[in-house]
Amino acid sequence: MDHFPTNWGRPRNDAYDAYGTYPIAQRPYNGPKDAFADGIQRTQQPIVTGTSVLAIKFKDGIMMAADNLASYGSLARFKDIQRLQAVGAHTVIGAGGDMSDFQYIQAMLDELIIDEFTAQDGHTLGPAEIHEYLAQIMYARRSKMNPLWNAILVGGVKDGKRFLSFVDLLGTTYSASTLATGYGAHIAQPLLRTAVEGKEDILTEDDALKILEQSMKVLYYRDARSIDKYQVATITAEGTSISETRRLETSWSFAEGIRGYGAQTQ
Amino acid sequence: MTSLGADTRATEGPIVADKNCEKIHHITESIRCCGAGTAADTEFTTALISSNMELHALSTGSKPRVVTAMTMLKQMLFRYQGQVGAALVLGGVDATGPHLFTIHPHGSTDKLPYVTMGSGSLAAMAVFESGWRANMEREDALNLVKAAISAGIFNDLGSGSNIDACIITASHTEMLRNVEMPNMRVQKERKYAFRRGTTAWKTENVRDLVVNEQITFVGGDAMDTT
Repeated sequence: MDHFPTNWGRPRNDAYDAYGTYPIAQRPYNGPKDAFADGIQRTQQPIVTGTSVLAIKFKDGIMMAADNLASYGSLARFKDIQRLQAVGAHTVIGAGGDMSDFQYIQAMLDELIIDEFTAQDGHTLGPAEIHEYLAQIMYARRSKMNPLWNAILVGGVKDGKRFLSFVDLLGTTYSASTLATGYGAHIAQPLLRTAVEGKEDILTEDDALKILEQSMKVLYYRDARSIDKYQVATITAEGTSISETRRLETSWSFAEGIRGYGAQTQ
Repeated sequence: MTSLGADTRATEGPIVADKNCEKIHHITESIRCCGAGTAADTEFTTALISSNMELHALSTGSKPRVVTAMTMLKQMLFRYQGQVGAALVLGGVDATGPHLFTIHPHGSTDKLPYVTMGSGSLAAMAVFESGWRANMEREDALNLVKAAISAGIFNDLGSGSNIDACIITASHTEMLRNVEMPNMRVQKERKYAFRRGTTAWKTENVRDLVVNEQITFVGGDAMDTT
């Protein structure tokens, strides 16, 4: 519990002083900083954040899922934002991490697609190109010690070939038939791997949807920074589509008969 | 019925210290405790409480209860303020029925129908959240536990090697040591033992350490070798 009224309602740094125990004189100042106080500002901490993004390969293409929440620390601040974005005709990207950095990336990619469109050279940017572009940018920013604090999944289908890759704030890239960022990597990835590995060319769209829905449900149970509203993006040779917001059906009565946390019987 | 499961990897930082350790500890005949965290702490803590439970059972004359072990464990761990790094999953069946508890290093306990602890707990819990139902049959329960431990073994670097399981019912406790071994080493291609005579030697001297042995029975009865 934070005992000091001067800290209530202000951005809080749990890493330093979660319970307001510093004497007033030494409390870390969490308020707005003068932009030019330290000269150029670099490494940051993510402020408004999105949690996991999941993606799997299935028979006809790629399916990706992300919930609709942007958290402000432990506050569920924005409950209807879209963390999946279509980029051109062949690709969908999904991002977790800092949402303002994601919005900047979205603006950059929009510009890229517009430039590509106006070039009218018969080529279109596919998922591999989008991924490479993002990877270069993320690594370049990391090398300047001013990262875009995101973990991004890039998925798409072009010329009949499925593409699914990951890129994060360090510029790490990784490709597999199942990918997950954030908590999803710990919680959902084991489920996705068991369900998908070896069956990438057999799973139908319905199968893939069931797998992702199950994983999103488990994530809602076990990730404290998630909500039960999410969207699913499907990319096939026909094109990209991002679904309407879906609601998870959850069950919380599993411990109905249990009383207390130990020796209590009533 | 309570089912417990565990992997068999003990790590020392990034090194695997024991490829096939036993993490399901005996508390009493019908109560077992899985231990995650600092190996020495889980070993000694469970051994101490096991010993005290036996004495307690003799003192009360009743069959030992799971809540008793839980209370002994949590009171000890709280006393040490988290310095004893034992994260335990305690399960068993007693006169009041089957029980399952989880005990954290600082001494907090939770009473739940399914629990996981350790570095692989997220992977295992994901499997439990997907597959657990109330009142499962023995076979389904065992398969679920094995799937959960498998998820930990293959997706978490702190877990590995084999799967141990334990099924505890009112009448009978079945310890299934190495019930599945999904990480067997491939057969070595050749025999790599050195042939006798590889190292040349000049003299041989064999000495018998037992020079003279005389056994005298004391007390009239044969020696108690239990």
